[in-house]
Amino acid sequence: MPKKYSIPTKTSPPRFTPIGKSTILDWEGGCLRCFKCVKRQCIYDVYNERTFDVRQMTDTIDSLCKNCLRCVQSCPGQVITKVVNAEYKRMGNSYWTPDIIRMQWFQAETGRIPVSGAGYGGPFSGPGFDDMWTDMSEIVRPTRDGIHGREYINTVVDLGRSLRYLRFDAAGHVVRDAPEKIEIPIPIILKDLPLGSLSESVFLAMAEAAQAMDTFMIAPVKGWKPYIEPYKTHLIPLLTEAEIDTHGELIRGVRIIEIQLSDVTEARVSRIRAAYPDVLIMVRMRLGERSGEEALALTRVGADILHLCADRDGNVESGNGIRFVKDVVRSVHMRLVEAGCRNEITLFASGGIAMAEHVAKGIIVGADAVAVDIPLLLALECRLCFRCEAGLSCPVEVENIHPEWGKNRILNLIAAWRNQLIEVLGAMGIREIRRLRGEVGRAMFFDDLERETFGRLFGKRKKRESVGN
Amino acid sequence: MNAALQSETGPEGTAHVGRPEVRVTPSRFRNAIGKYIVRRSKECIACGKCAEICPYGVHEFAGKTMARPKDYRCIGAACENNDFYCVRQCPQNALSVRLNPILEVLGDKRWTPELLISTWYMAETGEVPPGDIEYKTGDSGGGFDRIEFCFPSGREPDAVPDDEVSLRIPLNRRKDGRPEVEIDMPVYGGGMSYGSISLSVMIARARAYQAWNSFTCTGEGGYPEELYPYDDHVITQVATGLFGVREDTIQRVRIVEFKYAQGAKPGLGGHLLGDKVTPAVAKMREAVPGNALFSPFPFHSVYSVEDHKKHVDWIKHINPRALVSVKVSTPTDVDMVAVGSYHAGANIIHLDGSYGGTGAAPDIAKKNIAMPIEYAIVKVHNFLKEEGIRDEMTLIVSGGIRTAYDVAKAIALGADGVVVGTSEMVAVECIRCAACESGRGCARGIATTDPELSKLIDEDWATQRLINLFAAWRRQLIEILRKLGMRDIRELVGRTDCLKHLDYE
Ligand code: SF4
Ligand code: SF4
Ligand code: SF4
Repeated sequence: MPKKYSIPTKTSPPRFTPIGKSTILDWEGGCLRCFKCVKRQCIYDVYNERTFDVRQMTDTIDSLCKNCLRCVQSCPGQVITKVVNAEYKRMGNSYWTPDIIRMQWFQAETGRIPVSGAGYGGPFSGPGFDDMWTDMSEIVRPTRDGIHGREYINTVVDLGRSLRYLRFDAAGHVVRDAPEKIEIPIPIILKDLPLGSLSESVFLAMAEAAQAMDTFMIAPVKGWKPYIEPYKTHLIPLLTEAEIDTHGELIRGVRIIEIQLSDVTEARVSRIRAAYPDVLIMVRMRLGERSGEEALALTRVGADILHLCADRDGNVESGNGIRFVKDVVRSVHMRLVEAGCRNEITLFASGGIAMAEHVAKGIIVGADAVAVDIPLLLALECRLCFRCEAGLSCPVEVENIHPEWGKNRILNLIAAWRNQLIEVLGAMGIREIRRLRGEVGRAMFFDDLERETFGRLFGKRKKRESVGN
Repeated sequence: MNAALQSETGPEGTAHVGRPEVRVTPSRFRNAIGKYIVRRSKECIACGKCAEICPYGVHEFAGKTMARPKDYRCIGAACENNDFYCVRQCPQNALSVRLNPILEVLGDKRWTPELLISTWYMAETGEVPPGDIEYKTGDSGGGFDRIEFCFPSGREPDAVPDDEVSLRIPLNRRKDGRPEVEIDMPVYGGGMSYGSISLSVMIARARAYQAWNSFTCTGEGGYPEELYPYDDHVITQVATGLFGVREDTIQRVRIVEFKYAQGAKPGLGGHLLGDKVTPAVAKMREAVPGNALFSPFPFHSVYSVEDHKKHVDWIKHINPRALVSVKVSTPTDVDMVAVGSYHAGANIIHLDGSYGGTGAAPDIAKKNIAMPIEYAIVKVHNFLKEEGIRDEMTLIVSGGIRTAYDVAKAIALGADGVVVGTSEMVAVECIRCAACESGRGCARGIATTDPELSKLIDEDWATQRLINLFAAWRRQLIEILRKLGMRDIRELVGRTDCLKHLDYE
């Protein structure tokens, strides 16, 4: 059995007090100063540990409190109550909800997967990734005891082209017209950040994390400085048309390059192949209406990897409205399956990958792996306030992090994600992430379940109100 | 014995002797939470007018002054049109009523603040809350929350007395020579283990279910001696860890439940964190204190229906008077699993849907793995019918049943009865902070083994709260049947024609 892969985790507390879900209102004026103050009964000791963070103007209770409401319900003078923290509600947007943000912070701090009691409290289903459930198998499955159990559940994926058939030269050696595949031990690569700052320390945090996990980090080459040199084997330069010709030296050290899809990409692919025969070529496609055909054409001209990108909320503009990344990836995958060439190429999906479950779901609908971006920023404590986009200062000074701390936070997050991936794979009875790709039979879709069960009972479903954001 | 359990004699001439008595059992916390807040300013001259007029018991004298209003009983907005609206009637303008701002931090989409508050109200009074509190459905946007009964219009509900409406369901429909066990309401308690909840809650459940002639379930984790007096109302669980399973525990009871999976974490097995494994818990489970305990998934000895049958036969052999229930989760092929359980000889197939509760589960599992119970009920009910074996299996469902209305909807979709857990916890004042697993466990003394925190729950108090909750549910179920012109809950099984889905044309 191969050596067990694991991502090292190390508790890495936040530098700023995290924003809590609710806040305590404490009407000191009415306080009876009673001898047996209810505040002492808090089993989480939050009143004792209470401090006021002057830099952020926050009460640490907000982030420590578990909302058990014992203090609220026991105070003799009824002078304590809780209200929603307005700052919490303001974080993110309708896709990147405050709850998602908080969950990634927790994982980045602890490396643990979020566990809670009392059942699920969310909506029945929803748009996007929330309209599918993963399956489980009641009896037959790989045996395993708990998450770090005996059984090895494999999360390795291969990047690159599969040969359709073998060709041999006169000497009997296999002739390859594509570079060897590269294995990465997790179906996740780190993607260039859509916001925030890719300062030197952020760059180093990401690159070191990518290297430690033996996966890749995509970064636009214009930001490349000499300090990237030691990480080159785990970096994927993202090149524009113009840069392809001018950055030859840089390409020498890397194993994969990414180019943006343009009108001339198809011709480009073979020229790059000729110039750099050992480098995998990844093409970044902004998803749209014609993605299936584009993907097919790129597969045929010999691209090794396609990177299917939606916008940061997972949305894709198509002729008749907005479609969600998962549905578009599914149709691209199916187009390649129909054309009989899906196995030749590797597909990455990105955009809207916000939680561990989205990795599993993205793969079920047809991607080999995903590229994540915003969650990395969240690991670095970003609050998705979008101030940086407006040219304002970052409240958590993302650009000034210590690279070692940043690396640990990213490792923690991805380790927690991978463990969750293993949980769902285990529940499905699947030992190999590669087997999950395109296995829609291992998922249940809202529309199908509704049609098969309620549809039979209640007739025709009304059109769903706005899907997406 | 708790006086509440001494059954009253029912009305003469009815088949039922004894219904547990409802006794008002207020919150154990000083400040109960309600939908509205009533405040009395210092202008109050204690004239007593409000106490005299408010029929909901919000205002009371305390000696010469007025007591703090019991505002959680106030019907708030719905009262404004009443003559007795205290705010208007107060000669001093000393009263104010407003929506409680804490609603915003309470509950979630499935258990909305109003569902929590109404469940607390029922557990206190045994009555359905008056006023405008939504006590039937939550806000999840699908499933039960979008399904409603269509009651025949233009027709008065039947005037049958309560006791002529039957809520009894049989649990053994196989005619396999095993006892005919019946329960008086279509509800029993889900598995909650010694170790996951405090012993007083465990005992309170057993007592409440005994009072209602139904069952509670031990979960996996042993059979504490304190439950022996309630043997006939206890289901004992056999799960993969076999923690605390002994020949004796299997022989004590009338129903043994095989747990294949649980809806909140399907396919993941069980995990009791080390912190909760106190010496007492460890002893019961024949394990080491402080060490986390795993129940692996699945049974490593079961890979086929035949293997499964061997298990069932084993139990039947050890306890010839026991019924066997098989608890499974809800994968795509849940219908096949149910049929497999039938062929293995189970009396009860218990489907646990994906949104159910548990002391601790990975969030990714709670949200994503397996299907909601609403779909599974329909699938399994129909498939068992097609296979011609529906009449021989008892179909019990759980995983997101919160209210009496959910119970009735589940039955109308095709179940015989339901299993609940979270509602019971809410009845004893769980606030759904979802912190059951952290540190010493539940801050409110429910899901904890911490000796000090457990003291927060008094057995008698908890027993009575549960008895009251079911009394309120019973009323509602009877009312639903009456409105549908039915006299027996069994008539409702699979009557999807009585339902409508708000998202369908
Ligand atoms: S609500 Fe609970 S956790 Fe929060 S401060 Fe009060 S007692 Fe402590
Ligand atoms: S915290 Fe705000 S300013 Fe800082 S990186 Fe995140 S979105 Fe940008
Ligand atoms: S910890 Fe919170 S959610 Fe869990 S049982 Fe206690 S009150 Fe309920």
